[in-house]
Amino acid sequence: MTIAATLPAAAADGIGRRAARLLYRNGWLLLILLLAPPLLWLGVVYLGSLFALLLQSFYSVDGFTGMIVPEFTLSTYADLLTAANMDVVLRSAGMAAAVTILCALIGFPIAYYAARYARGRAKAAFYIAIMLPLWSSYLVKVYAWKLILAREGVVTWLAGQLHLTWLLDGILALPVVGGASLSSAYLGTATVFVYIWLPYMILPVQAALERVPRSLTEASADLGAKPSQTFRTVILPLAFPGVAAGSIFTFSLTLGDYIIPGIIGSSRPFIGQVVLQLQGTAGNVPLAAAFTVVPILIMAIYLTAAKRLGAFDAL
Amino acid sequence: MTDRSTAVRFDHVSRHFGSVRAVDDVSFEIRDGEFFSMLGPSGSGKTTCLRLIAGFELPTAGHLLLHGSDVSATPPYDRDVNTVFQDYALFPHMSVWENVAYGLMIRRVPKPERRRRAEEMLAMVKLGDLAGRRPAQLSGGQRQRVALARALVNRPSVLLLDEPLGALDLKLREAMQEELKALQRQVGITFVYVTHDQGEALAMSDRVAVFNRGRVEQIDTPSAIYDRPATAFVAGFVGASNMVDAATAGKLMGLARPFALRPERIRILGDGQAVPADAVEVAGTVDGVSFLGATTRYRVALAPGGAVDVVESNLDAAPKAPGQAVRLAWRRDHAHPLEGAAA
Repeated sequence: MTIAATLPAAAADGIGRRAARLLYRNGWLLLILLLAPPLLWLGVVYLGSLFALLLQSFYSVDGFTGMIVPEFTLSTYADLLTAANMDVVLRSAGMAAAVTILCALIGFPIAYYAARYARGRAKAAFYIAIMLPLWSSYLVKVYAWKLILAREGVVTWLAGQLHLTWLLDGILALPVVGGASLSSAYLGTATVFVYIWLPYMILPVQAALERVPRSLTEASADLGAKPSQTFRTVILPLAFPGVAAGSIFTFSLTLGDYIIPGIIGSSRPFIGQVVLQLQGTAGNVPLAAAFTVVPILIMAIYLTAAKRLGAFDAL
Repeated sequence: MTDRSTAVRFDHVSRHFGSVRAVDDVSFEIRDGEFFSMLGPSGSGKTTCLRLIAGFELPTAGHLLLHGSDVSATPPYDRDVNTVFQDYALFPHMSVWENVAYGLMIRRVPKPERRRRAEEMLAMVKLGDLAGRRPAQLSGGQRQRVALARALVNRPSVLLLDEPLGALDLKLREAMQEELKALQRQVGITFVYVTHDQGEALAMSDRVAVFNRGRVEQIDTPSAIYDRPATAFVAGFVGASNMVDAATAGKLMGLARPFALRPERIRILGDGQAVPADAVEVAGTVDGVSFLGATTRYRVALAPGGAVDVVESNLDAAPKAPGQAVRLAWRRDHAHPLEGAAA
């Protein structure tokens, strides 16, 4: 394209130029054009499939034919509330809560260091260290953990070398969380969950802490607050939206996962595994759908409670 | 050496950041109850000095005393000083009154008294009706008052103000200058005020310290700083000055040292007007004219060499045109010999 070739078009007020002017004068039109495709995707494909799923949870399965009966009923939810199924729900929610709390406890100091102290190279190293595990395959990481936690694995060997076998045995002998080996105990499941989801806690907390200006902590010290008081009254409340965002990730990802508890842990089922089984081999999509409503409900309750406590007031 | 009339004492204090000497062997005193300004360009060390008093920085060398006790290693939360920050640093997750009551809450003052004192202080800064708002719902000027109330409610022995009016527009700034000064007289607390605005420092302060490159160039009353600048830097930074170098000084006034001369202290003599008794007379040619409203500034090339700015009130003087020959005169005692080299 030479200048000579474009000049006549400009003089004739070509269609491109007129369209550009129209868009310039009507900013909303450009916005609609830009947003329409992603909104359609989000609305139809993304939310549409979610609502289709929720709809299914109000259907039921005919006991004799095994066919789905497309009539509204609450009988599927009655099935969900049986003792065996509630057991699965409570186990999953308990694991998700434990993983979330552990992620918050481990992630917060790391995020705090990265946001407040790390500069230049240290900051780059922090980002790489956090992101690096996300670059490799989820399955590979989980199987690697299986090797680490197995009875003949790295942890057992290391405990033997350090003459700490008694400690490992003591931990494994704990009720509920213990087991024959770490790879077949809830403790192992939780360890791997924490490892896999930790970055999703660290990054939002770090982003929230980055936004707390240094002058705020100086102001609280200036007004007489010791570092622990500054932390409690200024830093923690302002970082809490980040913790809430991170906990949404860690909680819902743990709640829906079906691979990790299948590979590491006490073979007792979690929600994700049950959903997989119900909609696959058992062909009971309504009950599978009803199971998926549980995490959504739990998150809704959690976020409402967090909002009531004022967690998002500073946003 | 415990002297109650000295609020703050810098005793050979230095604060270095790596190879940067932000504050370099500074010694001075701030008297109890005075309005003290630290004036200087950015990077001159004035803000670092303020942060040293607050305790956000600790001296690399030397001693800092607050009311006679050495606080060189005391953290900010153990010092009886409070700060009004440049960006106000209000807590976004607390209401206005909770912000003001923060220091009282930390000191475990019971909640009803906390609330009462916070509201009293808010009334004093004329924000009584906004106690329940969030900082984000306030204008810049209102936030500034909240920051002031939050610092003053603790009744500190020294109040530090870090360019608190910098973000406000001109009219509001002038109004706040008046208010701050009135407030300082009312509460009787030592105010230490950091600014790069010389007009602000001159208008509000009892005494001004002029900072340059980590050192104090001069400490004196505003009028003394203006009338008798001790160094070329002070003469140039505070108000406008003609800097006359040593060679020209010799030709004009028989002085061996460079001197500073305020443009408004030079008179343009009318035709046939006699030279005042104690004045120097110099012939020159108008080089440039700037009309400034109340005054007109002329650039005048002097016959013996050099050039000066002259500011003339537009009261009844006839305007001069470029190229016009004029006679200038100034009183000998208005030329201030400078220490150090001329600019």
